[in-house]
Amino acid sequence: MSKQNFIRGIKSGVPVGLGYLSVSFTFGIMAISLGFKIWQTVLISMLTVTSAGQFSGINTMLVSGQYIEMLISQLTINIRYSFMSISLSQKVSKQFSGIWRWIFGAMITDEIFGIAISEKEITKSFFAGLCIMPYIGWSFGTFLGALLGSVLPERLMSALSIAIYGMFIAIVVPEMEKGISVIIVVLLAALLSTAFKFLPMLKNVPGGISISICAIASSLIGATFFPIKDSD
Amino acid sequence: MNNKSYFIYLAIMVISTYLIRAIPFALVKEKIENTFIKSFLSYIPYAVLTAMTIPAIFYAPNSVIAATVGLFVAILLSLKKASLMTVAFVASLTVFVCELFITV
Repeated sequence: MSKQNFIRGIKSGVPVGLGYLSVSFTFGIMAISLGFKIWQTVLISMLTVTSAGQFSGINTMLVSGQYIEMLISQLTINIRYSFMSISLSQKVSKQFSGIWRWIFGAMITDEIFGIAISEKEITKSFFAGLCIMPYIGWSFGTFLGALLGSVLPERLMSALSIAIYGMFIAIVVPEMEKGISVIIVVLLAALLSTAFKFLPMLKNVPGGISISICAIASSLIGATFFPIKDSD
Repeated sequence: MNNKSYFIYLAIMVISTYLIRAIPFALVKEKIENTFIKSFLSYIPYAVLTAMTIPAIFYAPNSVIAATVGLFVAILLSLKKASLMTVAFVASLTVFVCELFITV
């Protein structure tokens, strides 16, 4: 373990943790309003750490006996994590292996992935540090939401809600400067995703699934027309 | 919600979300050489992040106008190579200030 990388990881996780605080706060409020107990709500967040998966999950839980439905919807909404896991596996350092991958694999989220992938080489220490603040933010935010409901000032919640997207932009935009191929893939993904939001039929597709479809389609087009010949 | 049903559902959620993340992460050990798959995997992160951001960013804050201003500020700062934390913070601040002037 390198202390330096660990600390750097913790720092990189701060904005994610803050962003998670507001998202999981919303989850907490929603779960309580659906009739879940505080401990039930917090336990879901602490054991799954998937935003879209959890929001969809608590709605499925309301009807008894929908176990197969639960399995299918969770797998579809979360299939994007598999692609992220494979991408990450290509960039991790040699020391980051065996049991450590089985442990920290549980913490691969969209945002943690986004930050980790911008590392040149992902060390075990950095990744361990990176997971800490998001996990605390996610668990604690859920607890606060479940406990306090809507006590935080509405204006503050509104402003914090854009923090996560600000981070995504800070990851994607510098990459777009590297070449036309990334620009095209990004524009395609934005266009498809907007279509899924507004077009009839398409807008009925659940969020987690539509994000997977948009990402896979635009990346397939990118890989077909702009194969990356020889990257590092 | 009775506890038995809750725990069965929870178990399904936990196991499926864990395995879908951990299996590929732990088992893909060798470097992928196929150009098509490599290209696909290198585009995936940016495609996923974009699809999650657009159009969701416009509807996250209370005001679409404030969100749009925040988006442009974030892009501008990113082009100037500001850190993730800086971009996130200034974008939030922008939305906060904008919403002080906008009645939704």
